[in-house]
Amino acid sequence: MTQNKEYPTELLKCWNEAKNLRKSYYEDYLRAHEKGGVRWAGGAWAFSSIPAGLGEDVYCVTGEPYGATIAFFKDFAARCHDAVEAAGFPRTLCAYMRNYWGSLLLDKFVLSDGTVVEGAPIPDFIWQDHICCSHGKWYQVVKWLEKKKGKEVPMYCVDVSVGYPGPNEKVEDYKVNYIIQQLNDGIDWLEKVTGREYDDKLLCEAVWNEMKATSVWAEICSLNKAVPTPLDEKTMYSLYVMGTLMKHRPECVAFYETLRDEVKDRVKRGIAATPYEKFRVITDTQPPWGFLKIFREMEKYGVVSLGSLYTFGLIGMWEFKTDGTWVPKTLPKKKPQTREEALRAIVEWTLHKPEWAHFYKPELKTQMIKNIVDQWKVDAVLLHYNRGCEGLSVHIAENRLGLLEAGVPVFPFEGNMGDEREFDFAGTMARLTAFFESMGLKKITE
Amino acid sequence: MITAGIDVGAKFVKVVILKDGKVLERAKALVGFDVLKSASDLFESTIKKTGLSRNDIKRIAATGMGRETVHGKPPVNAEEVISEVMADAKGAFHLIPNVKTVIDVGAEEGRGIKVGPNGTVRDFVINERCAAGAGTFVEAMARALEIKVEDMGSLALKSTQIIPMNAQCCVFAESEVVTLIHSKVSKEDISRAIHDAIASRIGSMVLRVGVEKDVVLIGGVALNPGFLPPLKRELNSDIIVPEYPEYVSALGAAVIASEHKE
Repeated sequence: MTQNKEYPTELLKCWNEAKNLRKSYYEDYLRAHEKGGVRWAGGAWAFSSIPAGLGEDVYCVTGEPYGATIAFFKDFAARCHDAVEAAGFPRTLCAYMRNYWGSLLLDKFVLSDGTVVEGAPIPDFIWQDHICCSHGKWYQVVKWLEKKKGKEVPMYCVDVSVGYPGPNEKVEDYKVNYIIQQLNDGIDWLEKVTGREYDDKLLCEAVWNEMKATSVWAEICSLNKAVPTPLDEKTMYSLYVMGTLMKHRPECVAFYETLRDEVKDRVKRGIAATPYEKFRVITDTQPPWGFLKIFREMEKYGVVSLGSLYTFGLIGMWEFKTDGTWVPKTLPKKKPQTREEALRAIVEWTLHKPEWAHFYKPELKTQMIKNIVDQWKVDAVLLHYNRGCEGLSVHIAENRLGLLEAGVPVFPFEGNMGDEREFDFAGTMARLTAFFESMGLKKITE
Repeated sequence: MITAGIDVGAKFVKVVILKDGKVLERAKALVGFDVLKSASDLFESTIKKTGLSRNDIKRIAATGMGRETVHGKPPVNAEEVISEVMADAKGAFHLIPNVKTVIDVGAEEGRGIKVGPNGTVRDFVINERCAAGAGTFVEAMARALEIKVEDMGSLALKSTQIIPMNAQCCVFAESEVVTLIHSKVSKEDISRAIHDAIASRIGSMVLRVGVEKDVVLIGGVALNPGFLPPLKRELNSDIIVPEYPEYVSALGAAVIASEHKE
């Protein structure tokens, strides 16, 4: 019998810090008014550094991670789905959006540890961007639901649909200016709806934080090129999320720098994410959050998922060398000093987000996945045909064909990131087992 | 060397005893509520027919959705478990060495498998969520038509017209059959519509992995004569149905067991 090499593993030292950060994030939003602060709601991809100019006591809750949190707590998620369907919305809509709406309809708020609080906090304003059809509609319905409770919540949306320039190409000025103009108008609007004076210094600080946090996250992901990989994707889900919650805040930068140093140390000492790393995979799009145990099942075959375009590129910002090599995006030489500089910097930065590319061109996404496969020494790709997110699943079947053509083994599976009724755990595991067997793998541990 | 394969499927359990690559015995039985008992009874009666004992069988591999039921559990005591996909490919290759594509339509699942050298698996696809593209669908429709499931295929071959039908969902399809009955459509034509619908669903699924000759159809539904013509049309390909197509998975498991001789 072949001996399976066993790597040393260790818990992350900064794990509890991650948990506490996430806990405080939701509690701060909940109690913002008790502290005299302001709270806003919007998407994780909204330009979150802009409202930061309103003060240091501005708290947000971003809709997608909140929807994912609900999905993780399946009982509460089921109640949300029932509430949304009873209100007349179809179950084919974005699952995060439905979870979020369900929470409002039930008038309950769930914290990161699963505690359900009575009374969903009403945001002072909504700050959103339109990257996909669901993002465009999401908060219109939120506004409507809050209005039914007697509260008029002002909303501002930024249209970012100017196309993806390509990994390194410069964005045309007229596109950048179009978004800058919207953000400038947005700042006037923020002053008007909150009655607060806008502070450009805080804006510059927040923009710089966001650029640093998203670049450092890319650096952390790069460290997973090591064999054995120091982080597995299931763990990364609890870490990348800071970038979806608070990418503009100093706590996020500080946490990612601590994490980067720890992961570097793990690589240096050969500390693995999982004891048996025989087969390296990546996934795609959000996982079925209520069934993360699938990653533990994979480990029994010596399979480790070391990330995905999603975990690397949803928040991480990258530069692509001419030979296709991915490196963390280099920060500008100097920190922005004025409102104009800050807005230009963050718009140009954001428009290069890798996870935005496929909205426009599936070939770009296929190419990016192939790059990851090559550079992270990946053996196969697991594609989640995610019925819960049209935006990130768009073109995924074409991505499968492109990867197969390039000789990359692909395992597609159907599911839903936020609605457990659409994920068949037993069936998926049975098919996944067949896939692993076809790759020559056998179960190592029970 | 003597090995055995046991396929604990959704509806039937099948056993194949193999000696030096030749089938000594094969048998099948319905799976009852007690899956272990169904599998054990069949296994014991089959080896009895051969005059062998469990100790004479060097190795047993189990496959099928209930394979874990007999894994390491007496009297079968299967030494290993293998997915249906691997067993199908190996079994089909054992019978037809030029096989490149295997289509397995069983009671609950339909599968398309791209076969590589020596019966390995290059890619595969399995229907998800609904048995609308599998044998259970035919059974449900036979009930709606009030005919025996065994008669469905031959009836379909007597059809004189093509009627499109939904095969995405057993429940909706049954409603459609009832509507067709009320519209005085003949049972022959309805039966054909049902087979066309399954073939369309299975065909489009298999096309996702690509169809390359030789194409081999296995599984219980391969015994249904009404299914083969529409599937050939869907895939625009000849299709080989081996003798005893429902045993190919068990055969594949037995072959793999003989390759894994400790």
